Amino acid sequence: MAERKLVVIPAYNEAGSVGEVIEEIHAALPDWDLVVIDDGSADSTAKTASKAGAHVIRTPFNLGIGGAVQTGFIFARDRGYERMVQIDGDGQHEPLAVAALESEMATSQADMVCGSRFLGEGEHDRYPAPISRRTGIHIFAFLLSAFLRQRVTDPTSGFRLYNRRAIELFASDYPHDYPEVEVVLMLHQHRLKMKEVAVQMHLRTEGSSSISSGKSAYYMVKVLLALFVGLLRARKAQPVTDS
Amino acid sequence: MDKRIQIVTLLAALLLVILVIELVRRRRLSERYALLWLFSAFAILGLSVWQGLLEKISKLIGIAYPPTALFLVAVVFILLLLLNFSTVLSRLQDETRILAQRLAIIEAEQAEPEALVGAADEAQQPVSQHDQLADD
Repeated sequence: MAERKLVVIPAYNEAGSVGEVIEEIHAALPDWDLVVIDDGSADSTAKTASKAGAHVIRTPFNLGIGGAVQTGFIFARDRGYERMVQIDGDGQHEPLAVAALESEMATSQADMVCGSRFLGEGEHDRYPAPISRRTGIHIFAFLLSAFLRQRVTDPTSGFRLYNRRAIELFASDYPHDYPEVEVVLMLHQHRLKMKEVAVQMHLRTEGSSSISSGKSAYYMVKVLLALFVGLLRARKAQPVTDS
Repeated sequence: MDKRIQIVTLLAALLLVILVIELVRRRRLSERYALLWLFSAFAILGLSVWQGLLEKISKLIGIAYPPTALFLVAVVFILLLLLNFSTVLSRLQDETRILAQRLAIIEAEQAEPEALVGAADEAQQPVSQHDQLADD
Protein backbone atom coordinates (compact mmCIF):
# COMPACT_ATOMS: atom_id res chain seq x y z
CA MET A 1 0.00 0.00 0.00
CA ALA A 2 1.20 3.47 -0.78
CA GLU A 3 2.24 5.72 2.06
CA ARG A 4 -0.54 7.96 3.31
CA LYS A 5 0.48 11.56 3.04
CA LEU A 6 -1.29 14.67 4.24
CA VAL A 7 -0.97 18.34 3.37
CA VAL A 8 -2.04 20.62 6.21
CA ILE A 9 -2.84 24.24 5.45
CA PRO A 10 -3.34 26.39 8.52
CA ALA A 11 -5.41 29.39 7.45
CA TYR A 12 -6.63 32.44 9.30
CA ASN A 13 -8.53 34.94 7.17
CA GLU A 14 -6.91 33.77 3.94
CA ALA A 15 -10.02 33.69 1.74
CA GLY A 16 -8.21 35.72 -0.90
CA SER A 17 -5.41 33.22 -1.44
CA VAL A 18 -6.36 29.83 -0.04
CA GLY A 19 -8.38 28.73 -3.08
CA GLU A 20 -5.47 29.26 -5.42
CA VAL A 21 -3.07 27.51 -3.03
CA ILE A 22 -5.38 24.48 -2.89
CA GLU A 23 -5.58 24.31 -6.69
CA GLU A 24 -1.81 24.48 -6.97
CA ILE A 25 -1.43 21.70 -4.41
CA HIS A 26 -3.96 19.49 -6.17
CA ALA A 27 -1.99 19.94 -9.38
CA ALA A 28 1.48 19.54 -7.86
CA LEU A 29 0.77 16.83 -5.27
CA PRO A 30 -1.98 14.58 -6.64
CA ASP A 31 -1.27 11.65 -4.30
CA TRP A 32 -1.50 13.74 -1.14
CA ASP A 33 -4.64 14.21 0.94
CA LEU A 34 -5.34 17.77 1.84
CA VAL A 35 -6.87 19.37 4.89
CA VAL A 36 -7.34 23.05 5.65
CA ILE A 37 -7.45 24.11 9.28
CA ASP A 38 -9.62 27.21 9.34
CA ASP A 39 -8.56 28.78 12.61
CA GLY A 40 -11.68 30.75 13.45
CA SER A 41 -11.50 33.00 10.39
CA ALA A 42 -13.98 35.84 10.17
CA ASP A 43 -13.99 35.79 6.36
CA SER A 44 -15.04 33.07 3.92
CA THR A 45 -11.83 31.03 4.21
CA ALA A 46 -13.67 27.79 5.03
CA LYS A 47 -16.19 28.19 2.21
CA THR A 48 -13.51 29.02 -0.35
CA ALA A 49 -11.38 26.08 0.75
CA SER A 50 -14.23 23.62 0.65
CA LYS A 51 -15.29 24.89 -2.77
CA ALA A 52 -11.75 24.28 -3.99
CA GLY A 53 -12.11 20.67 -2.87
CA ALA A 54 -10.31 20.60 0.46
CA HIS A 55 -11.43 18.84 3.60
CA VAL A 56 -11.93 21.71 6.04
CA ILE A 57 -11.55 21.52 9.80
CA ARG A 58 -12.87 24.61 11.53
CA THR A 59 -11.76 25.40 15.04
CA PRO A 60 -14.57 26.86 17.18
CA PHE A 61 -12.46 29.93 17.96
CA ASN A 62 -9.05 31.25 17.03
CA LEU A 63 -6.40 29.02 18.58
CA GLY A 64 -3.39 30.75 17.10
CA ILE A 65 -1.00 29.20 14.62
CA GLY A 66 0.34 26.64 17.11
CA GLY A 67 -3.07 25.32 18.07
CA ALA A 68 -4.17 25.25 14.44
CA VAL A 69 -1.14 23.31 13.20
CA GLN A 70 -1.42 20.92 16.14
CA THR A 71 -5.00 20.18 15.06
CA GLY A 72 -3.42 18.99 11.82
CA PHE A 73 -0.96 16.80 13.71
CA ILE A 74 -3.77 15.24 15.78
CA PHE A 75 -5.75 14.56 12.62
CA ALA A 76 -2.70 13.05 10.90
CA ARG A 77 -1.89 10.89 13.91
CA ASP A 78 -5.42 9.61 14.41
CA ARG A 79 -5.86 8.88 10.70
CA GLY A 80 -2.58 7.05 10.46
CA TYR A 81 -0.72 9.33 8.06
CA GLU A 82 2.97 8.56 7.52
CA ARG A 83 3.93 11.99 6.20
CA MET A 84 2.59 15.43 6.82
CA VAL A 85 3.62 18.62 5.14
CA GLN A 86 2.65 22.04 6.39
CA ILE A 87 2.04 24.67 3.72
CA ASP A 88 0.89 28.19 4.49
CA GLY A 89 -2.46 29.34 3.12
CA ASP A 90 -1.09 32.61 1.78
CA GLY A 91 0.80 31.33 -1.26
CA GLN A 92 4.26 31.87 0.24
CA HIS A 93 5.29 28.28 -0.24
CA GLU A 94 5.79 26.49 -3.53
CA PRO A 95 3.98 23.10 -3.50
CA LEU A 96 6.35 21.74 -6.16
CA ALA A 97 9.20 22.09 -3.66
CA VAL A 98 7.64 19.38 -1.48
CA ALA A 99 9.40 16.85 -3.70
CA ALA A 100 12.75 18.30 -2.60
CA LEU A 101 11.73 18.02 1.06
CA GLU A 102 10.65 14.42 0.51
CA SER A 103 13.84 13.36 -1.17
CA GLU A 104 15.88 14.98 1.60
CA MET A 105 13.85 13.05 4.17
CA ALA A 106 14.42 9.84 2.26
CA THR A 107 18.19 10.28 2.00
CA SER A 108 18.97 11.77 5.42
CA GLN A 109 16.35 9.88 7.46
CA ALA A 110 15.42 13.19 9.08
CA ASP A 111 12.21 13.38 11.12
CA MET A 112 11.52 16.93 10.00
CA VAL A 113 12.68 18.69 6.86
CA CYS A 114 12.28 22.47 6.65
CA GLY A 115 12.27 24.63 3.58
CA SER A 116 14.87 27.33 4.17
CA ARG A 117 14.92 30.75 2.52
CA PHE A 118 18.52 31.37 3.45
CA LEU A 119 20.23 28.23 2.29
CA GLY A 120 20.19 29.09 -1.40
CA GLU A 121 23.20 30.50 -3.21
CA GLY A 122 23.18 33.75 -5.14
CA GLU A 123 21.39 37.02 -4.86
CA HIS A 124 18.01 36.15 -6.33
CA ASP A 125 17.54 33.33 -3.85
CA ARG A 126 17.57 35.83 -1.04
CA TYR A 127 14.25 36.31 0.64
CA PRO A 128 13.15 39.92 0.30
CA ALA A 129 12.04 40.34 3.91
CA PRO A 130 12.53 43.56 5.85
CA ILE A 131 15.91 43.81 7.54
CA SER A 132 14.43 43.76 11.08
CA ARG A 133 12.65 40.50 10.39
CA ARG A 134 15.76 38.94 8.87
CA THR A 135 17.89 40.05 11.82
CA GLY A 136 15.49 38.32 14.21
CA ILE A 137 15.54 35.15 12.15
CA HIS A 138 19.34 35.16 12.05
CA ILE A 139 19.55 35.59 15.83
CA PHE A 140 17.32 32.54 16.33
CA ALA A 141 19.27 30.65 13.68
CA PHE A 142 22.54 31.48 15.41
CA LEU A 143 21.26 30.36 18.84
CA LEU A 144 19.74 27.15 17.53
CA SER A 145 22.85 26.31 15.54
CA ALA A 146 24.84 26.63 18.78
CA PHE A 147 22.38 24.55 20.82
CA LEU A 148 22.02 21.82 18.21
CA ARG A 149 25.65 21.91 17.03
CA GLN A 150 24.22 21.77 13.55
CA ARG A 151 23.73 24.53 11.01
CA VAL A 152 20.23 25.96 11.15
CA THR A 153 19.51 28.81 8.76
CA ASP A 154 15.76 29.42 8.78
CA PRO A 155 14.09 28.30 12.00
CA THR A 156 10.99 30.45 11.43
CA SER A 157 10.06 28.78 8.17
CA GLY A 158 6.58 27.27 8.29
CA PHE A 159 7.22 25.08 5.23
CA ARG A 160 7.91 21.74 6.84
CA LEU A 161 7.67 18.02 6.18
CA TYR A 162 7.27 15.62 9.11
CA ASN A 163 7.48 11.86 9.38
CA ARG A 164 5.35 9.64 11.60
CA ARG A 165 7.56 10.08 14.67
CA ALA A 166 7.42 13.86 14.44
CA ILE A 167 3.65 13.74 13.83
CA GLU A 168 3.14 11.70 16.99
CA LEU A 169 5.39 13.95 19.05
CA PHE A 170 3.74 17.17 17.95
CA ALA A 171 0.19 15.78 18.17
CA SER A 172 0.77 15.35 21.88
CA ASP A 173 2.88 18.44 22.52
CA TYR A 174 3.26 21.51 20.35
CA PRO A 175 4.17 25.07 21.38
CA HIS A 176 1.28 27.56 21.44
CA ASP A 177 2.10 30.81 19.74
CA TYR A 178 5.05 31.41 17.42
CA PRO A 179 5.87 27.70 17.52
CA GLU A 180 8.38 27.29 14.67
CA VAL A 181 11.59 28.17 16.52
CA GLU A 182 10.72 26.22 19.65
CA VAL A 183 9.82 23.20 17.57
CA VAL A 184 13.38 22.91 16.30
CA LEU A 185 14.71 22.77 19.86
CA MET A 186 11.95 20.38 20.99
CA LEU A 187 12.76 18.01 18.19
CA HIS A 188 16.42 18.04 19.16
CA GLN A 189 15.58 17.39 22.81
CA HIS A 190 13.53 14.38 21.83
CA ARG A 191 16.52 13.19 19.83
CA LEU A 192 14.77 13.51 16.51
CA LYS A 193 16.59 14.77 13.46
CA MET A 194 16.01 17.99 11.58
CA LYS A 195 17.29 18.96 8.13
CA GLU A 196 16.91 21.95 5.87
CA VAL A 197 16.51 22.26 2.14
CA ALA A 198 16.88 25.44 0.11
CA VAL A 199 13.55 26.69 -1.21
CA GLN A 200 12.32 29.92 -2.65
CA MET A 201 9.43 31.65 -1.03
CA HIS A 202 7.10 34.16 -2.59
CA LEU A 203 6.06 37.31 -0.89
CA ARG A 204 2.61 37.06 0.59
CA THR A 205 -0.07 37.71 -2.02
CA GLU A 206 -2.87 38.38 0.44
CA GLY A 207 -3.45 38.98 4.12
CA SER A 208 -0.75 39.74 6.60
CA SER A 209 1.87 37.70 8.44
CA SER A 210 0.87 36.29 11.80
CA ILE A 211 3.63 38.53 13.14
CA SER A 212 2.74 42.20 12.78
CA SER A 213 5.43 44.79 13.39
CA GLY A 214 3.82 45.84 16.66
CA LYS A 215 4.06 42.30 17.95
CA SER A 216 7.58 41.59 16.81
CA ALA A 217 9.17 42.76 20.05
CA TYR A 218 6.89 40.46 22.00
CA TYR A 219 7.71 37.74 19.49
CA MET A 220 11.46 38.10 19.99
CA VAL A 221 11.21 38.10 23.79
CA LYS A 222 8.71 35.26 23.94
CA VAL A 223 10.69 33.00 21.65
CA LEU A 224 13.98 33.77 23.40
CA LEU A 225 12.36 32.95 26.75
CA ALA A 226 10.93 29.75 25.31
CA LEU A 227 14.36 28.78 23.97
CA PHE A 228 16.18 29.34 27.24
CA VAL A 229 13.51 27.68 29.35
CA GLY A 230 13.49 24.88 26.81
CA LEU A 231 17.20 24.38 27.42
CA LEU A 232 16.48 23.89 31.12
CA ARG A 233 14.07 21.07 30.41
CA ALA A 234 15.54 17.65 30.81
CA ARG A 235 16.44 15.93 27.59
CA LYS A 236 14.26 12.93 27.25
CA ALA A 237 14.23 10.17 24.72
CA GLN A 238 11.25 10.13 22.44
CA PRO A 239 8.94 7.36 23.72
CA VAL A 240 6.90 6.82 20.56
CA THR A 241 7.78 3.94 18.34
CA ASP A 242 8.20 4.05 14.62
CA SER A 243 5.12 2.53 13.06
CA MET B 1 2.63 46.06 69.40
CA ASP B 2 -0.38 48.30 69.29
CA LYS B 3 -3.45 46.38 70.38
CA ARG B 4 -5.60 48.06 67.74
CA ILE B 5 -3.53 46.72 64.87
CA GLN B 6 -3.66 43.31 66.44
CA ILE B 7 -7.45 43.44 66.69
CA VAL B 8 -7.87 44.66 63.11
CA THR B 9 -5.63 41.98 61.59
CA LEU B 10 -7.21 39.34 63.76
CA LEU B 11 -10.72 40.31 62.67
CA ALA B 12 -9.67 40.55 59.03
CA ALA B 13 -8.09 37.10 59.08
CA LEU B 14 -11.10 35.62 60.88
CA LEU B 15 -13.43 37.19 58.33
CA LEU B 16 -11.37 35.70 55.53
CA VAL B 17 -11.52 32.24 57.07
CA ILE B 18 -15.30 32.46 57.48
CA LEU B 19 -15.77 33.78 53.94
CA VAL B 20 -13.68 31.02 52.41
CA ILE B 21 -15.46 28.31 54.36
CA GLU B 22 -18.84 29.76 53.44
CA LEU B 23 -17.89 29.84 49.74
CA VAL B 24 -16.78 26.22 49.89
CA ARG B 25 -20.01 25.31 51.69
CA ARG B 26 -22.04 26.87 48.90
CA ARG B 27 -19.87 25.10 46.33
CA ARG B 28 -18.78 28.37 44.80
CA LEU B 29 -15.15 27.67 45.61
CA SER B 30 -13.64 24.23 45.18
CA GLU B 31 -11.64 22.76 48.06
CA ARG B 32 -8.61 22.62 45.86
CA TYR B 33 -8.30 26.40 45.64
CA ALA B 34 -9.72 27.01 49.11
CA LEU B 35 -6.70 25.35 50.69
CA LEU B 36 -4.18 28.01 49.76
CA TRP B 37 -6.60 30.73 50.86
CA LEU B 38 -7.24 29.06 54.19
CA PHE B 39 -3.57 28.49 54.72
CA SER B 40 -2.86 32.20 54.11
CA ALA B 41 -5.66 33.27 56.43
CA PHE B 42 -4.53 30.96 59.21
CA ALA B 43 -0.93 32.11 58.87
CA ILE B 44 -2.00 35.74 59.34
CA LEU B 45 -4.35 34.76 62.12
CA GLY B 46 -1.59 32.85 63.88
CA LEU B 47 0.90 35.69 63.59
CA SER B 48 -1.54 38.29 64.90
CA VAL B 49 -2.34 36.16 67.92
CA TRP B 50 1.18 34.95 68.60
CA GLN B 51 3.02 38.22 69.03
CA GLY B 52 6.29 36.63 70.12
CA LEU B 53 6.76 34.82 66.82
CA LEU B 54 6.00 37.97 64.82
CA GLU B 55 8.59 39.93 66.80
CA LYS B 56 11.15 37.18 66.27
CA ILE B 57 10.54 37.18 62.55
CA SER B 58 10.80 40.99 62.39
CA LYS B 59 14.08 40.97 64.27
CA LEU B 60 15.42 38.16 62.09
CA ILE B 61 14.84 40.04 58.84
CA GLY B 62 15.54 43.48 60.28
CA ILE B 63 12.09 45.03 60.43
CA ALA B 64 11.90 47.62 63.22
CA TYR B 65 8.14 47.69 63.51
CA PRO B 66 6.67 44.15 63.84
CA PRO B 67 3.22 44.85 62.33
CA THR B 68 4.97 45.64 59.05
CA ALA B 69 6.20 42.05 59.02
CA LEU B 70 2.58 40.98 59.13
CA PHE B 71 1.93 42.91 55.93
CA LEU B 72 5.01 41.38 54.36
CA VAL B 73 3.67 37.91 55.13
CA ALA B 74 0.30 38.88 53.68
CA VAL B 75 1.91 40.21 50.49
CA VAL B 76 3.92 37.02 50.06
CA PHE B 77 0.77 34.95 50.32
CA ILE B 78 -1.04 37.19 47.84
CA LEU B 79 1.81 36.74 45.36
CA LEU B 80 1.67 32.98 45.85
CA LEU B 81 -2.06 32.99 45.22
CA LEU B 82 -1.66 35.04 42.06
CA LEU B 83 1.04 32.74 40.78
CA ASN B 84 -1.21 29.81 41.55
CA PHE B 85 -3.96 31.44 39.50
CA SER B 86 -1.63 31.89 36.55
CA THR B 87 -0.74 28.21 36.59
CA VAL B 88 -4.40 27.25 36.82
CA LEU B 89 -5.16 29.63 33.97
CA SER B 90 -2.43 28.08 31.83
CA ARG B 91 -3.80 24.62 32.46
CA LEU B 92 -7.34 25.67 31.67
CA GLN B 93 -6.13 27.24 28.46
CA ASP B 94 -4.40 23.98 27.50
CA GLU B 95 -7.51 21.99 28.26
CA THR B 96 -9.73 24.38 26.32
CA ARG B 97 -7.38 24.20 23.35
CA ILE B 98 -7.48 20.41 23.34
CA LEU B 99 -11.28 20.43 23.53
CA ALA B 100 -11.48 22.89 20.64
CA GLN B 101 -9.13 20.78 18.51
CA ARG B 102 -11.05 17.58 19.12
CA LEU B 103 -14.37 19.29 18.53
CA ALA B 104 -13.08 20.76 15.27
CA ILE B 105 -11.98 17.36 13.98
CA ILE B 106 -15.20 15.63 15.05
CA GLU B 107 -17.36 18.34 13.51
CA ALA B 108 -15.49 18.13 10.22
CA GLU B 109 -15.88 14.35 10.26
CA GLN B 110 -19.60 14.66 10.83
CA ALA B 111 -20.04 17.15 8.03
CA GLU B 112 -18.11 15.00 5.56
CA PRO B 113 -18.05 11.41 6.82
CA GLU B 114 -16.52 10.09 3.61
CA ALA B 115 -13.69 12.59 3.34
CA LEU B 116 -10.13 11.27 3.30
CA VAL B 117 -11.17 7.88 4.61
CA GLY B 118 -8.46 5.36 3.95
CA ALA B 119 -7.77 1.76 4.82
CA ALA B 120 -5.51 2.70 7.70
CA ASP B 121 -8.36 4.32 9.60
CA GLU B 122 -9.82 1.14 10.96
CA ALA B 123 -6.53 0.08 12.45
CA GLN B 124 -5.91 3.41 14.10
CA GLN B 125 -7.36 4.26 17.48
CA PRO B 126 -7.31 7.87 18.59
CA VAL B 127 -4.62 8.27 21.23
CA SER B 128 -5.49 10.13 24.40
CA GLN B 129 -3.87 13.46 24.99
CA HIS B 130 -3.85 13.06 28.73
CA ASP B 131 -0.13 12.32 28.88
CA GLN B 132 0.52 15.80 27.72
CA LEU B 133 -1.20 17.37 30.71
CA ALA B 134 0.10 14.87 33.20
CA ASP B 135 3.64 15.81 32.21
CA ASP B 136 3.25 19.46 33.11
